[in-house]
Amino acid sequence: MPKSTIRILRFNPETDERPYYREYVVEADPTDRVLDALNTIKWYQDGTLTYRRSCAHGICGSDAMRINGANRLACKVLMRDVGAMVTVEPLMGFRVIKDMVVDMEPFFAQFRSVLPFFINEGRTPERERLQSAEDRERFDDTTKCILCAACTTSCPSFWADENFVGPAAIVNAHRFIFDTRDSAAQERLDILNDREGVWRCRTIFNCTEACPREIRITQAIGEVKKAILYGTARA
Amino acid sequence: MIHTHTYDALVVGGGGAGLMSAIYLSREPNVRTAVISKLYPTRSHTGAAQGGIGAALANLEEDHPEWHAFDTVKGSDYLGDQDAIEAMCEEAIPVIIELEHMGLPFSRTADGKIAQRPFGGHTHHFGQGPVRRSCYAADRTGHMILQTLYQNCIKQGVDFYDEFQVVDVILSDDGRCCGVVAWHVQSGDLHVFHAKAVEFATGGFGRVWSITSNAHANTGDGVAIALRAGLPLEDMEFYQFHPTGIYRLGILITEGVRGEGGVLRNDHGERFMERYAPTMKDLASRDVVSRAIHKEIREGRGIGGKKYVYLDATHLGAEVIENKLPDIADFCRTYLGVDPVKSPMPIQPTAHYAMGGIPTDAWCRAVTGPQNTVLPGLYAAGETACVSVHGANRLGTNSLLDLVVFGRRGGIDMARFCREADLPPLPKDPTARVEEQFGMLLANTKGEPAAKLREEMQDVMQDEVGIYRTGEGMTTALAKVRELQARFKDVVVMDRGRQFNTDLLEAWELGNLLDLAEVTTLSALNRTESRGAHMREDYEKRDDVNWLKHTLVTKQADGSLDISYKPVVITKFQPKERVY
Repeated sequence: MPKSTIRILRFNPETDERPYYREYVVEADPTDRVLDALNTIKWYQDGTLTYRRSCAHGICGSDAMRINGANRLACKVLMRDVGAMVTVEPLMGFRVIKDMVVDMEPFFAQFRSVLPFFINEGRTPERERLQSAEDRERFDDTTKCILCAACTTSCPSFWADENFVGPAAIVNAHRFIFDTRDSAAQERLDILNDREGVWRCRTIFNCTEACPREIRITQAIGEVKKAILYGTARA
Repeated sequence: MIHTHTYDALVVGGGGAGLMSAIYLSREPNVRTAVISKLYPTRSHTGAAQGGIGAALANLEEDHPEWHAFDTVKGSDYLGDQDAIEAMCEEAIPVIIELEHMGLPFSRTADGKIAQRPFGGHTHHFGQGPVRRSCYAADRTGHMILQTLYQNCIKQGVDFYDEFQVVDVILSDDGRCCGVVAWHVQSGDLHVFHAKAVEFATGGFGRVWSITSNAHANTGDGVAIALRAGLPLEDMEFYQFHPTGIYRLGILITEGVRGEGGVLRNDHGERFMERYAPTMKDLASRDVVSRAIHKEIREGRGIGGKKYVYLDATHLGAEVIENKLPDIADFCRTYLGVDPVKSPMPIQPTAHYAMGGIPTDAWCRAVTGPQNTVLPGLYAAGETACVSVHGANRLGTNSLLDLVVFGRRGGIDMARFCREADLPPLPKDPTARVEEQFGMLLANTKGEPAAKLREEMQDVMQDEVGIYRTGEGMTTALAKVRELQARFKDVVVMDRGRQFNTDLLEAWELGNLLDLAEVTTLSALNRTESRGAHMREDYEKRDDVNWLKHTLVTKQADGSLDISYKPVVITKFQPKERVY
């Protein structure tokens, strides 16, 4: 098996004053995931290496980190795509708890701030609410979000201003704003029509490039901006 | 430092079952509820479910809960309890409508209803042919269920303790549940959660095997904690291998691919399922299809003689694949470099789902013994529990259904219990057992890493307690697992810190996996017949005279395992030979 060098930005709050890089050499198949390489290090070389992971196939959103400078899920990048020397660092913009583990609480607080749940206070029908396939398709893209934070932590506007609600929260607002069954689009648009709402977005497209689910995030943010400027989402 | 919290109801686990229970509990103003989860809830493995959730909505063709119940009973190889199965299949319809009302973005039919597609083992007219019963949201139905339930928990203001690993259940001397002990991963502190009622909804334990669709986190924590607390575990010999995992990686490829028309092919290009299941073909139940694949491979008809066959969806066309199976396409492109629009997918069976678990009644109350004696205040739901609605083999789409139906029932009954019961006093020193466990794990400064033991366990379980089993092989496996349990006492945890010590966490999880591997193997060795997912080459036939009964395994005070049984509930459907 070919050897790869993994250069990892380490930080342990109990022993380190500041972060430092440490290199590990592992044997890895070209089709191994970067997560597999991290597991090899943790399991057989250095048990103190710390990162979150669970499903290992890009669905749970646990293992977003910077891989060669770009936000990626470690379980969705193969070793053959990163070269023999790989740099792994934590996401930017959140406090580092330990190694790759960052404090996700501010991220989930942003998510909660946009009413990220279905609202329809009208009469509940006996059966399902009907929705045409076209209306369902309207918000399909933003239902894919796995809350991994790769987008928000790639956003220069967020790096500059931690109060910016961030792309992930806007994506999750979009998912309901454009759902014909939901009745609270205007409330969400009012929340996002704020200095720290969609207007902090400078259309840089980092979020779109970072998204492991390939959600067209910048486009979704643009649609929310338009809905604020030109009237309701479904006019 | 030990922190104490007091609630009325605790839900352990933030997947589909736990969140559904939490939503129902949150509707009770006087029942204070918290969800304690080892992961952020949206990381739970419910989110990995793909193909759909079963309900006889009859949106596209005639269907009835009774047909669904029959299919489930037949799928279970007649080991499922039919009263619970009937309840699940009837409640499937209102509960899926309820999910839609909670906002779940199902795919839609041409007339705007919830879309449905065929799935393995689901038939019309009691086995006459496939029926469209699986309600889906593209191929991310589990993701949408998990997100929708989490969103509704936020709406309801549910209290969450995220990244808290529950490490023990607290039982009083008079046999009541009075809380749990949890380990806050970030700080390393222990927390005692004192409560009237506790539900374990901690998922399954696919990480016992080397090829699995399950997440790293699926280490059977709740089931293992229950075992060590003296509760029985039911039907642990029945573990499902899903037919179509990505070759070598085990990542799930939904049965929905076959529901949409995909077929399995061997090295000769033959659609071999026609030989094994003339009526249902590729949509036979999972145990049947996994055995067929295994047999093709063993008889040399794997692709290029290797340990995989092809799942061919190339004839479905780009539009069906991109619209109805987009995640599958993405997995194949990412991990295999294969585009399923143009090339078949290399697949092999993958360890997927535990039919067994903590025995419960149909209201999720943990029960012990042949008479189903209720342990007051303790509940289990979802894959952690064994109701049993899946018997010896679960049908596809019935796991998501199990989560929401029994998650709902668990929430309703816990709320009732909390209204009626008082808060039992905590026993003295509730963290003693945990501190002893952790102390043992941290005592060694030299020794083997947990990962080495885990790998050895996974290999022997894959080889000897997999799709095909023999008495000889399982005897070897049991001895090996017990040897690993002994060596486990000497594992070394390299990380000696307190904060976010996932090295210690993984070692603790390995202890759970080893305990469950032991019970699984012992139960399988003990059952001298073949039924559902439990296929013995030395006892190839189902034996209803001796084995139409549930296994219960209980850990004794001296650590030994005791085996007993309880009867299967049969209402409408008498056991028959199972042909697809």
